[in-house]
Parts: sequence; C-alpha cells; structure tokens
Amino acid sequence: MRLASTHHKAEHLVKTGVPGWLLLPAGLAAAFVGTPLIGLAPSVDWPNFWGLITSESSLAALRLSLLTAAASTLVCLLVGVPLALVLARMQFAGRHLLRTIVLLPLVLPPVVGGVALLTAFGRRGLIGRYLDLVGIQVAFTTLAVVMAQVFVSLPFLVISLEGALRSVDPRVEHVAATLGATPTRVFTRVTLPMVGPALASGAVLSFARSLGEFGATLTFAGSLQGVTRTLPLEIYLQREVDQDAAVALSLLLVVVAAVTVAAVYGRDHQP
Amino acid sequence: MIRTLTALLAVCLLLAGCGQSSSGGSSSVSPASTTQASSTQTPLTGTVNVFAAASLTKTFTELGDRLMAEHPDLDVQFVFAGSSDLVAQLQAGAPGDVFASADERNMTKATDANLVAGEPTPFVTNHLTIVVAPGNPHGVASLADLANPDLKVVVCAPQVPCGGATQQVAELAGVTLTPVSEENSVSSVLTKVTAGEADAGLVYRTDAKGAGDKVSAVDFPEADQVTNVYPIALLVGAQNPEAAQAFIDLVLSSEGQQVMREAGFNTPQG
Repeated sequence: MRLASTHHKAEHLVKTGVPGWLLLPAGLAAAFVGTPLIGLAPSVDWPNFWGLITSESSLAALRLSLLTAAASTLVCLLVGVPLALVLARMQFAGRHLLRTIVLLPLVLPPVVGGVALLTAFGRRGLIGRYLDLVGIQVAFTTLAVVMAQVFVSLPFLVISLEGALRSVDPRVEHVAATLGATPTRVFTRVTLPMVGPALASGAVLSFARSLGEFGATLTFAGSLQGVTRTLPLEIYLQREVDQDAAVALSLLLVVVAAVTVAAVYGRDHQP
Repeated sequence: MIRTLTALLAVCLLLAGCGQSSSGGSSSVSPASTTQASSTQTPLTGTVNVFAAASLTKTFTELGDRLMAEHPDLDVQFVFAGSSDLVAQLQAGAPGDVFASADERNMTKATDANLVAGEPTPFVTNHLTIVVAPGNPHGVASLADLANPDLKVVVCAPQVPCGGATQQVAELAGVTLTPVSEENSVSSVLTKVTAGEADAGLVYRTDAKGAGDKVSAVDFPEADQVTNVYPIALLVGAQNPEAAQAFIDLVLSSEGQQVMREAGFNTPQG
C-alpha cells in the first residue's frame, strides 16, 4: 500500500481512511487490554459462580461499594460542578496551579492518595488532630471510604465538565444575562442544561472510579466487613484463601465497570 | 480529545483498582536437574533465587550477604512478598530455587502443586505480640485489655496466617475482639499502629522488634501456645540446586539460627 502523501494528485479522490499498517498495533493494543479481561470468564468456577458472588461477605462488600460509590458521586457533583465552573470561567492567579492540584489524583498511585489523606485527616493529621479533639475520628469509618473515593474520582467529573463548559458559546450566557437573568439563573437555566451530557458522563465516570477505588481505601479506611471492606478490598482478601471467589468477584466488577463505561463512551461521540 | 483521554485513563484506573487476580492455572514444572553434586569444597557459582516471605527480608538478606562473602562468584537473589503471592508466582512459572514460607498452609499449597523437592523443613517459629504506641499510653497489659471498646484495635483478617493465629489466641484467652479493621497483612497492622491511627494491634514479635522504638510490645501468655511455623524447601525447578541447598543449610545452621533469633524468631523445638 502506498502512502497517500506520495500520490496526492488529482487522479484519485483523496482518501481519508486509516492507514492499513496501523491496524496491527491497533489490534495488538485491543488484544492486550481485552485478553486478560475476557480471560477472566473461562477461569470462573461457573457451577459455583452464583454462590460465590452471593455469599454473605460478597453481598456485604457489593452493598457497601454501591452505597459509597453513590455517595461519592453525589459529593463529586456538589463540589465538582462549582469547581469546574470556577476553573472554566474565572480568571485568577493560580488557576493553573489549582487545576494541576485537582487533577493530580488521576495520575497518583492510589496508595499515595491514602497516605496523603492520612496526613490530613488521620488522628495525628493536620486537620484530623483537631477533629480528634472534638471526638470525631474519620479513619476506619465508612466516611473514610467515601472520602478516599471522592479524592480519586473528583478529577474525572471536573475534567470532563470543565472541557464542556469551555466549549459552550459564552454569548449564549451573555445574552441571558443581558435579558436580566441573575448569575445563578444563568447557571441553572442556561449553562447546566448545555453541559448536561458532560455532567452525566462525568458523574458516571466518578461512580465507576469510586467503585474501583482500592489503594486509598485500604490505606486510609482499613478493611472491615460491612463498614470499610468494599468489593475491591474483598477481592484482595479472597485471593488469600479462595481464588475462585476472587475471580468470580473480579468478573462481577469488570461487568459493572464495563456497563458503566459503555453507557457513557461505548457509543460514538455526540457533538 | 480530553474526553477520550479521560475515558482511557478511567479504564486504566478501573483496572488497576480491581487488583490483579493471577489464576494459578497449569504449571509446567521440570524435574530437578540431576547435575552431578559437586563437593562442598568447590566454590559455588551462578545465581540462586530465593523466594521468601516478606517477614524474612532483613534476616535472609543478611544471610545471603554472608553466603556471597564466602562464595564471591555466587549471586543470591531474593524475591520477598506475601507467602501466598510467592506460591502464585511459582505456580505461574517464576524461576525459584528456594521457597521459605511464613506459614505451613502456603508451603502445603506449594507441595500440592508439585513445586517442592523433598520435605520442607521448619526453620523458625514466630509468635504474636500486642503492639501499642510507645510507652503504652493506654496501659494495655493483657489480651483481655484489648476488648475495651474505647480502644481502636487492628488485627489481621482471619483469611491470612496472622489472622488465624489471632483467632486462636483470642479463643485461648476467652476474649472477644472487636477490631476496627481486619488487615490483609501483618505489616498493615503494624503501620496502622505506628501511624497512630490504631491504639493497639496484634503482630508477630519479629514485626514488633523490627519497628524498634516506634511501638511498645506487650507479650501475653496465650501467644506462646500458638506457634506459627516457617518451613523452607528446595524447589523442583531449581536451576542451581547446590547453591540452593547451601543457603538452606546456612539458614538451619547455628550461625543462621543466631541471626534469626536476634530478629525475634524462635528456633523450632525438636
């Protein structure tokens, strides 16, 4: 196959397809990610699958995971939307620094997040020591699980929403304002509806990331059935004794994650 | 573009969060190489890979250094990890000459998988102890004191060896523990105590000793009755069986046992 650039004359219509030779690395990439995930399925002890994922400890972990991920998503929405708006709309010194800090958990190893949370909210932490004085202890509670999840999933919401806000035509908001709408009214009636899809996808991603959160939770919240032991922690523990249970629960988590991601990114991008 | 990147990141992070579950699967194990056993006088050469429980890091590194000092052409390499992780790695075909497990259960897993040549030998024992903040601010004196609901107690989960031992000592002492967290490893328990998040934890004496003055240890009588045995064995797939056996012999020698005892281990009886 010839490269398009060498024959650019008018004898053919210009082809804009994918160069054929790219299919090999593309296929490798897909196989690399796909094989281990699909490979989980044949490793599952199918006759006992239902029993494995409905054991008391599995159900407790699943319930806790769904509950905390939902709570984290709610918190992300409550504080992430204003933060995205500030980053997208306001000009101030330190804006880039703020964005860097907010997005940092995306690239940090989760265990670092857990250590960082401990240094802030642990009993001897910067804030935790004062909380401790008034009898509030965060570590080892379900609240700690939610905090760990918000820490790692907030950037997903902020980054997708900020991008969407930037692509909104500011004139629309300006027109609304000149027609007498207060900033709050412009925000709720004009801005938010226009970024609705991004808001939804950001929220779903935050939920999915919260569901998968492991390292920060283990470090910051501990591991106790029904209180802090979410599904990933249960999988980690089950590996010690029951590989079949670990594989079954892993598959369950992969399916939940796949459904979540597919719901947002499976289809082609909409404008 | 940002959305695509986010999606990719999301998928990567989700996967990372799921943890890896290495399936044991089939392991093709070659029979022990039947190379001519060289006389003990001959200096050992090559590389020997020792798969050892994480709690052996300090002592085994020390013993490895001693063996290498004796045999300058020998390279002793260590893989330190949780015993169950080590078995999983060996089952998946990781090249190991020696396996030292922190409990008999994982050694049995290795023998059942036909990874072990001959009989595993118990080389040390370990016992639980209570660790508290330095100076023991809550005045913990016995295992029963840990039942105090005002104390935040962290233990190992029953699924891991240290957790099994914890259950046994609690039963012996007739104490019901209500821990705030059941950790996956004894080192996580120790960390929660050294970080000040937990008031007390149950760890092995070697862990307490290794933590130095960051914790105070409180021994209790029931701990002596629950013994955690560490077995060591030559592996079937050993590439360097002479050097592997030399390392095992060193661990079992009085010199090796001295190093182990200094770290808080006990020498097995009989």
